[in-house]
Amino acid sequence: MTTTVVQKEGPAAVTPTPTLGSHVRNYVARVRGGDIGALPAVLGLIVLCTVFSIMRPSFLTAGNFANLFTQGAAVTLIAMGLVFVLLLGEIDLSAGFASGVCAAVLANVVTVLGYPWYVAVLAALVTGVVIGTTLGFLVAKIGIPSFVVTLAGFLAFQGVVLMLMEEGTNISVRDDVLVAIANRNLPPVLGWLLAAVAVAGFAAVQLLRRRNRANRGLVTDPLAVVFVRIGGLAVILGVAVFILNLERSRNVLISSLKGVPIVVPIIALLLVLWTFVLQRTSYGRHVYAVGGNKEAARRAGINVDRIRISVFMICSSMAAVGGIVAASRANSVDPNTGGSNVLLYAVGAAVIGGTSLFGGKGRVLDAVLGGAVVAVIDNGMGLMGYSSGVKYVVTGVVLLLAASVDAFSRRRSAATGTR
Amino acid sequence: MSATPLLELRGIDKSFGPVQVLRDVAFAAHPGEVTALVGDNGAGKSTLVKCISGIYQTDAGEFLFDGRPVTINSPRDAAALGIEVVYQDLALCDNLDIVQNMFLGREKRSGIVLDEPTMEQLAAETLAGLSVRTVKSLRQHVSSLSGGQRQTVAIAKAVLWNSRLVILDEPTAALGVAQTAQVLELVRRLADNGLAVVLISHNMNDVFAVSDRIAALYLGQMVAQVKTTDITHAQVVELITAGRSGALGLPAEAASNGHGAEPAETTTGGVQ
Repeated sequence: MTTTVVQKEGPAAVTPTPTLGSHVRNYVARVRGGDIGALPAVLGLIVLCTVFSIMRPSFLTAGNFANLFTQGAAVTLIAMGLVFVLLLGEIDLSAGFASGVCAAVLANVVTVLGYPWYVAVLAALVTGVVIGTTLGFLVAKIGIPSFVVTLAGFLAFQGVVLMLMEEGTNISVRDDVLVAIANRNLPPVLGWLLAAVAVAGFAAVQLLRRRNRANRGLVTDPLAVVFVRIGGLAVILGVAVFILNLERSRNVLISSLKGVPIVVPIIALLLVLWTFVLQRTSYGRHVYAVGGNKEAARRAGINVDRIRISVFMICSSMAAVGGIVAASRANSVDPNTGGSNVLLYAVGAAVIGGTSLFGGKGRVLDAVLGGAVVAVIDNGMGLMGYSSGVKYVVTGVVLLLAASVDAFSRRRSAATGTR
Repeated sequence: MSATPLLELRGIDKSFGPVQVLRDVAFAAHPGEVTALVGDNGAGKSTLVKCISGIYQTDAGEFLFDGRPVTINSPRDAAALGIEVVYQDLALCDNLDIVQNMFLGREKRSGIVLDEPTMEQLAAETLAGLSVRTVKSLRQHVSSLSGGQRQTVAIAKAVLWNSRLVILDEPTAALGVAQTAQVLELVRRLADNGLAVVLISHNMNDVFAVSDRIAALYLGQMVAQVKTTDITHAQVVELITAGRSGALGLPAEAASNGHGAEPAETTTGGVQ
């Protein structure tokens, strides 16, 4: 790196310049103090994968690894939107069926009306925005608790899906582009290229930010920590792309099946986008502020109502994206799209990932980690041959577990004063 | 003091429906001085502060800022004049760090991206300017701070914006002895830096420790505004509880039957 970086203490830098060791110690102290973040999700993922791999060797195949992504994609996308609502301490119970409504709109526009795919996608997204605006308005301006508003939405949207489906039939989605989203893969080379771009971009952002801070004499993370972060991302992406680029087809002569599923870069892009919005814009800062202390936010001149409406808009729009992916994966939309377990899986994903139900704490990455846990449970238990009854019970228990971890860590951090 | 007050209020009236909370209140805050605003519960201190900060609109009366008449219709107007209020319940977000809290609602940006280094630098300079050395890192969450440190952050937040008048609502109410001393020292330093400071307090020790002037409210009337050196502890307590003390305060007959919502109409609001 640049050799001219002078490590000077900033004006208020009473602490010595942090080192790798102090970083690790700080992290351990934070975890002990109750600020555990995504730790349970990561540990859970490791434990679950180990158990399933031992009990069902077929779990640990490239084909199944790719399946995990396409199976969990819709739930993860909906969960990413839910994070915004949960950050305010609100809930959106209608997100599942909102995704169903948007998927039904998509199918109607593309199949019944025969418009091109981009018109259908736009229509679905607009539907999501309209739904979110309505919900947000009812919550923020009329003052109905979000639980009630979205519970009503849950019921009503279920009916809307039925009406759009003309009472129970299903509409197939055959458009090539739409079907490709969840069923086709990137060429292996493109997968590698995207991974390289992602790592390079992450490295550039990290190093630039560090240099910028150092130039101004602010406390910087030690270079070692930065490189560990970059290296970690490179290893994870590298391994994932490598496995996904393995041949997954049972018979290569008939058809070749390899590459990163197209839905993966879509999720990654949205993850980066929403993370940027939450962490690097004043809008995101205001979302956290309203979630942490609504009154303080109001006194700081933040338009609280607007923030509340906007998170519902984001949530329903992401539900629309989830609905599009679900329709793509199933090649059709039926009255149960976005129904049954989708919503609870999505809320579970966000909470398991470490987003607090009490508001003010959470990241978009949580939804992805939690979504992975949910997908692994669903997939692994399916491979073990358990009925869907057992799957529901287990997922319910895991959600409860995650919520109690949240509650306990909150109490613990209240006691130690770290939150 | 001969200099014109930074903020001067004259004849302020404020009612909530049939209840008149402030009647003909006069009040002045001078730059470089700490003005203590005292009064019993319900005397109208908080209402007066909310009128100054633009949260409530007054029914009658005039505001002079720097000798010029101004109107304050919203918190934004007050902020534009350089009036900042540090509320009793702090108004900090526990889940944000010190820098984030200090810039909340007024973040520095470059393009659409938050300009974190600039904000951190400015926050550091402000805290250094107030000689605050008790916080470990500017990036620690406010939830991990002690009561005194939180109060410090809240005050620093108010000072950050080149404010000229800082109103502190019971800043030491929830603090221990050492922390109270710290915060009072900070309050004194604000005034020494040339700001006009209004300190609302119940604690006579605090009032006498830092204030230059004392303004006493009694049942919605300003009964006295005098220099701290010209008044004793006991006299202030009398002003707070009875509305008069010797030659100060309401005329005798007015004070003796001045109870509840209907004090005598012979109010003079003796500002001295």
